[in-house]
Amino acid sequence: MQHERPTGPVPASALTLSDALSGEAVAGRPALDVAPRPAFNLREIGDDFVRGVWRENGVFKQMLGLCPALAVTTTAVNGMAMGLATLAVMVASSSSVSIIRNWIPGSVRIPSFIVIIATFVTVVDLFLNAFAHDVHKTLGLFIPLIVVNCIVLGRADAFAARRSLPRAIADALGVGVGFTLALIALGAVRELLGMGSVFGISLFGDAYPPFLLFLLPPGAFIALGLMLAGGTYLAALSARGN
Amino acid sequence: MVDVLVALLPATLVGLYQFGWYGLVVILLCVGGCLGVEAVGQKMMGQKVTVSDGSAAVTGLLLALSLPPRAEWWLCAIGALAGIGLGKLVFGGLGYNPFNPAILARVVLLISFPAQMTSFVTPSPWGLDAVTTATPLNLLQEARIRGLGLGEAAHTDLLAAFLGGIPGSLGETSALAVLLGGLYLLWRGHINWDVPVGMLGTMALVSGLFWWHDPAHYMPPAFHLVTGGAMLVAFFMATDMVTSPLTRKGRVIFAVGCGLLTIVIRMWGGYAEAISFAVLLMNAAVPIIDRYTAPRLYGARKRGGL
Repeated sequence: MQHERPTGPVPASALTLSDALSGEAVAGRPALDVAPRPAFNLREIGDDFVRGVWRENGVFKQMLGLCPALAVTTTAVNGMAMGLATLAVMVASSSSVSIIRNWIPGSVRIPSFIVIIATFVTVVDLFLNAFAHDVHKTLGLFIPLIVVNCIVLGRADAFAARRSLPRAIADALGVGVGFTLALIALGAVRELLGMGSVFGISLFGDAYPPFLLFLLPPGAFIALGLMLAGGTYLAALSARGN
Repeated sequence: MVDVLVALLPATLVGLYQFGWYGLVVILLCVGGCLGVEAVGQKMMGQKVTVSDGSAAVTGLLLALSLPPRAEWWLCAIGALAGIGLGKLVFGGLGYNPFNPAILARVVLLISFPAQMTSFVTPSPWGLDAVTTATPLNLLQEARIRGLGLGEAAHTDLLAAFLGGIPGSLGETSALAVLLGGLYLLWRGHINWDVPVGMLGTMALVSGLFWWHDPAHYMPPAFHLVTGGAMLVAFFMATDMVTSPLTRKGRVIFAVGCGLLTIVIRMWGGYAEAISFAVLLMNAAVPIIDRYTAPRLYGARKRGGL
């Protein structure tokens, strides 16, 4: 994880939109990207993306955003829907935050980010209700709750608020895709154990008795814990092998 | 641990006599499964394999005695995985588990497979003439939900239930056999009398009050003591020294809580047999109980005193 300094209040008069888009250091505000560099550094952008998908995966590595991760992942499809909704909100809110980051005073940045995130969550909520009504009914309350998903706010505050637009988008995409993949994996494991199917395709036939525990909320904790334990065990095995 | 196995012998033998071959298969699968899960799990976690201490065998036998006599093989296997794996190994092994592994396994199975976990057969010599039936507690709950008062449960033969003639889990049918084992444990000094006496006493007292008030809608205390897992849980599971409080005062609070919750869930809850939920809930409260009943250290001052 990179160390980030908090940005203080910025004199808005000194800034222009092109400054905001480029991510270059501007006189009067602390800049993270110290050396002058091109706005589009593909390697850096690629790294922002990959880091979010796996190395700092929100669910499996940082244990963040567990409320939606545990509440709606009864099936792989539900997990995917929740992940994609969060991904859309993240990309939209992180890029908005990045664009206007130099006009947001440090002391009110959290409320500002929440308002931005809530706006996009409302958009996603209405969009799903209009075009994917069944998904909306299944996910129900958990769509509005994306507002308080700490991954979304965390990326806005810790990353997008101090980075150029391309990097903020790459990071939001990476973390969002990582979150989606984690939710699909968790949903698939719970669906497989709970109902003997994955993505609605039955694998063991009708003889498989539903394992209700994994469809209940405690089962989500147990499934996530077992997956993490399995991952740690495999990592330890491969470390021993090297 | 060998003494616990000896104490479970009467209940096991009665179970085998009443359910025959099926009961034997369940017992062998559960004990074997628990031993296997413990050995493999400890190996994977890089711990010393302590299968020979007998604790996994006790868990397996207790689990088997709390399962329906014709439980299928996968029910036993999942129970062993849940009890030893989730109930014990993930917390670090014997002595670190907050919950009794056998009860945890039973609850996992009960909420996951309610149909399979409540399909009972009548006891018969060597299990030859078994017919599918319901336990007295199931009958009682069904009647209560339908608003029929006591229903068929009112005709339960309490003497038969005490001696071993009612349908139920392997170790549920004969309260007497379990009681004998429990008394043996008490005599050998492995368990304290306060937990079983406190728990069964609270159950008798609370159910007795309701029965005295309205015998048309509540069963007598004797019914609650001889049906279900009351004896087995009170003597063998609630007394588990790892998952019960350390001081006598704490154990009494624990036992009263177990008894009270059991009766509350049996009378108004969603499950017919509640005793495993009651003990799990009280297991979770044990650290708090221990904290507030810790004895004063020798030489320490009372808070606020001189």
